[in-house]
Amino acid sequence: MHKPGIRWASDSWSSGPAQKVGSDSVNFPGALNSKFTATMKFQNPAEATAMPTYRIMDADGNIIDNTRDPRAAPDEEVIKWYRNMLTVSIMDLIMFDAQRQGRTSFYMVSAGEEGIAVGSASALSPDDVCFLQYREQGVLIQRGFTLKEMMSQLFSNKDDHGKGRNMPVHYGSGKLNVHTISSPLATQIPQASGAAYALKMQRLINPNVPPRIVACYFGEGAASEGDFHAALNIAATKSCPIVFVCRNNGFAISTASIEQYKGDGIASRGLGYGIDTIRVDGNDIFAVREVMLEARKRALEGDCKPILVEAMSYRVSHHSTSDDSFAYRAKREVEEWKRRDNPITRLRKWMENRGIWDEDKEKEARASIRKEVLREFSAAEKVQKPPLRAMFEDVYEEITPEAQEQMKELKRLIERYPNEYNVKEHEGGIKTLE
Amino acid sequence: MFACRRAHLVPRILKPRSQLRYASQTSPEAHLNKPIEFKKVPFLYHSQNSARTAFGLSQDAPIDWQNLHGAINASLHHALKTDESVLLFGEDVAFGGVFRCSKGLTDEFGTSRIFNTPLSEQGIVGFAIGCAAEGMKPVAEIQFADYVFPAFDQLVNEAAKFRYREGATGGHCGGLVVRMPCGSVGHGALYHSQSPEALFTHVPGLRVVIPRSPAQAKGLLTSSILNSNDPVIFMEPKILYRAAEEFVPRDPYTIPLDKAEILKKGKDLTVISYGQPLYLCSAAIEALEKDIKGLSVELIDLRAIYPWDRAAIMESVNKTGRAVVVHESMYNAGVGAEVAASIQEGAFLRLEAPVARVTGWSTHPGLIFEKYNIPDIARIYDSMKRTLEY
Repeated sequence: MHKPGIRWASDSWSSGPAQKVGSDSVNFPGALNSKFTATMKFQNPAEATAMPTYRIMDADGNIIDNTRDPRAAPDEEVIKWYRNMLTVSIMDLIMFDAQRQGRTSFYMVSAGEEGIAVGSASALSPDDVCFLQYREQGVLIQRGFTLKEMMSQLFSNKDDHGKGRNMPVHYGSGKLNVHTISSPLATQIPQASGAAYALKMQRLINPNVPPRIVACYFGEGAASEGDFHAALNIAATKSCPIVFVCRNNGFAISTASIEQYKGDGIASRGLGYGIDTIRVDGNDIFAVREVMLEARKRALEGDCKPILVEAMSYRVSHHSTSDDSFAYRAKREVEEWKRRDNPITRLRKWMENRGIWDEDKEKEARASIRKEVLREFSAAEKVQKPPLRAMFEDVYEEITPEAQEQMKELKRLIERYPNEYNVKEHEGGIKTLE
Repeated sequence: MFACRRAHLVPRILKPRSQLRYASQTSPEAHLNKPIEFKKVPFLYHSQNSARTAFGLSQDAPIDWQNLHGAINASLHHALKTDESVLLFGEDVAFGGVFRCSKGLTDEFGTSRIFNTPLSEQGIVGFAIGCAAEGMKPVAEIQFADYVFPAFDQLVNEAAKFRYREGATGGHCGGLVVRMPCGSVGHGALYHSQSPEALFTHVPGLRVVIPRSPAQAKGLLTSSILNSNDPVIFMEPKILYRAAEEFVPRDPYTIPLDKAEILKKGKDLTVISYGQPLYLCSAAIEALEKDIKGLSVELIDLRAIYPWDRAAIMESVNKTGRAVVVHESMYNAGVGAEVAASIQEGAFLRLEAPVARVTGWSTHPGLIFEKYNIPDIARIYDSMKRTLEY
């Protein structure tokens, strides 16, 4: 299996003598190249300066270093990113209201984080594999997830890829290489490491397979889970082609980051795992995109390696429809973030400065997106629910004899008490239980 | 070498003793609780021909004398050779594993396919799920079943529900196999003795399999890795790794993952068990059949703990009218509870005695108390006798 030119991380350790004569360090296997010191000094994190935040444009959409072209893409592409961010934001408003009216059970907006999602996804290849947490609607839309697919999931109708089994916002797409979102936090992170190892192996088995990475998203709260630690450590030791994207939006529900960790954010941890790390301004879509393009490239170089990107932002919205965030933070603070700095207005200002966007275009874009969202909304709401059979399918590859018995029993029960159940809303009615 | 030479100079401090005392002992006068004589166990293949006959092979089919870890190694070797997408990883597997199950595999298949992971069970299982989700066939090893609990979330919320939540996307992690040594070993105490299978049988989406012998382990593990599109928890009774030896077909073969096996036909009583306690059941049945003239007891190996072969058990109990379920793990909500309740539903009119459960007591596997805690031959004997006399 070993191919020339590829150095495996697991091959690199070699035992040697404990200490050469006159050496200034011992070859302790646990920390190579550590020099002796006669000065007793505890390293204090507070003495280090915080890792800088990379940005290309300021809050007013001005490019900081005018000698550079920040986009690495034509204007039409930039407008597309803008429209995708706008779509997420408009859908957020409509679906939040829809939940308030009781038309869906749940929703989570991603206001303030559209730039991280759309910017990073724009740097990925369609073949790359994505693992999401739940606040990355922009990744899906940028990769081509349609509004119809989104609405089908939110309304749990028969066109939902998840067959009506998951809560709203738990999207997934086989076609777009986005694994279905699950609620347990951080569980996707070690899975993403394993998936990245699989991609690396597949290319080793067949060099004609194009190089691919895994992009794995999570919030700064999820990074406190043990799975985060497990994932970064194993990705580093097994040299996996993966980019970890942490959305640090300052809050995990009501818990502010000051109660979440004591170190320099999530980025400082990457170095401890031996992972190349960068912190980026998440409200600057150009910076996020550029960082992600470079991270992807580095992840695939040589024997492959993981990269950690900490994208800073502010969770402008409530955590979810089940949360009123003004119970734990000032409304004024939120309003200020909304008004003064967010990824959508920042890019809009840049586009206006460049002369490719104006008030009329903005009005037209908002109106047409709104219309399309509402159209898909009402269409999806009317579609039948998935067949009852879908409740029993896909637990195993085949339905077990035990589950077959239970399907029969459920059918008998519904037939005995027909008025107790509204099976007509499900495609195929009771027949699918046969 | 240096250390060896010095060792001669050190006077021996402790006198050797003939008897090991670190574990609870069998009584020397025991009539029932005698050590298992593996050479005489009726369901092991002691001759090449018995193995050939059992697997329907020709008279010249190659056969090897193997113990359990050797058979597992042979199965892993075959799977790795057959399918390039098979990977094997966990803690300390690269040098051959702490129980020698992966011996020699790194040399042959390389460190990209057989490798050590950092010491993190949730990481191992999460990593394996991701590998499987991208089409590989990872065999993840948890060093002891006692240490699977850090990975419980990944197994229960993730591996088991992966196909279900992916739905029409077609995503799944069916290539996943998680191997773990389980069960008592004489002196494993709290954290080298556990049998947590019942915790997994309460989880739809996982297959739970426990082999009893080398030949069975080889076929079941090969099925789990190469033929199953569902995640499999493969629990290996570690006390059998070296102890259980028999003739095993050299050529690869598979055993279905959802079928029980009747080890001994009988008409008066059905004994249901799996894994290591089958040896105790077999000895207990032999003793009881000797003591009660004309008695014949049916012994069934569940093999698949979940999803399990209800039909085979019902057929047997509907014939015998009496049943005893035996397992090492704790009584309450153990596998025996499910089997007993199912028998009550499926053979109610035929039952002539309550279904008995012989299990570990409702306590922890304390070091010195093992012999009193897990089912032994005397307890199984007693339970069968009382069920027959009811």
